[in-house]
Amino acid sequence: MTSAVTQARLWYWQRISAMVLALCVLIHLAIMIYAVRGGLSAAEILGRTRGSLSFGAFYSVFVLACALHVPIGLATVADEWMGWRGPKVAVAAGFFGIAIVFMGLRAVYGVVAA
Amino acid sequence: MAKLKQWRPNKRNSHMSTNLKVKVWRGGEQGSFASYDVPRQGSQTVLDVVTYIQRHLDPSLSYRFACRVGMCGSCAMTVNGVARWTCRTHVAKVAADGRLEIAPLSNLLVIKDLTTDMSEFFDKWARAKGQFNGKQTRHDDFARVDPNSRERIAANAGIECIGCGVCYASCDVVSWRADYLGPAALNRAWTLVNDVRDTQRAERLRAVAGDAGCHACHTQGSCSEHCPKQIEPTAGIAGLKYLAAKAAIWGEL
Repeated sequence: MTSAVTQARLWYWQRISAMVLALCVLIHLAIMIYAVRGGLSAAEILGRTRGSLSFGAFYSVFVLACALHVPIGLATVADEWMGWRGPKVAVAAGFFGIAIVFMGLRAVYGVVAA
Repeated sequence: MAKLKQWRPNKRNSHMSTNLKVKVWRGGEQGSFASYDVPRQGSQTVLDVVTYIQRHLDPSLSYRFACRVGMCGSCAMTVNGVARWTCRTHVAKVAADGRLEIAPLSNLLVIKDLTTDMSEFFDKWARAKGQFNGKQTRHDDFARVDPNSRERIAANAGIECIGCGVCYASCDVVSWRADYLGPAALNRAWTLVNDVRDTQRAERLRAVAGDAGCHACHTQGSCSEHCPKQIEPTAGIAGLKYLAAKAAIWGEL
């Protein structure tokens, strides 16, 4: 068993990140519905996102909330389905989180600053 | 509560057999179902059926019961795939087609036939610090507990548990990880952390927090769905997670 303190902290971080994600998903869906009104093209999207600090900030928060939320859930799945416990599952989940941060922020950079 | 349909031969069901087709688990961890024909009676309970088999058809059948009125919690078995108190389950409610399959409770070792080893179940109550530990002696006055306080209302919601094991047998998480404390032990811990007379709140939270404790619960609610006392261990476990989080933030865990 990992420590009670660690599990309690993982629980509230997953709760907090879930609240952030719920809000982000709603805003994301609203933006999508708004954005595709007159058809969808790469030029139109990039025209809206390039140089937009608010767009970059919003999706950076989205990515960071995912990077926090997903590995905690995956660690539980790996524990229950494959019996991974202790440092092994912590390292695997950590790498997954880092991968989400890297790929997610790279995508945000790509549509905002590149 | 839904009105129970009592079986009586009449024009509509007179084609049905007057016998129940009953399959009963025989053996230990390894075994098989044996079939019996049991006469159908009005207001017949599943425990009546098992008792009939042992007294009239096969005296070697092992099962456990005591009070027969839903107070002791010893006669729980798996009836047509669902964990139930057999003494409070009418045959008419679960065997509309005249067929019953009776097995021992899941997630517990089978001693013989319908009798399970409850040691692990109750050991987990002890691991969850399920013992009350007060500081007053017989020389002190009675503790004054406001029945309308938030803590007392929370404790009252879970206090009627009689330890039958139905929630434990219905819990998928227990079947996935054997070290999970389970809904009954956690419900007991929840009633005690809400008992203002108890002195072991911090130790108890430490005992029940963690990936074999309340944090393993997926909030699927099978325990609350199947509890014959309509207790909601799921709600108590959610409460324990919340208290554990608060304790972790304040460095008390």
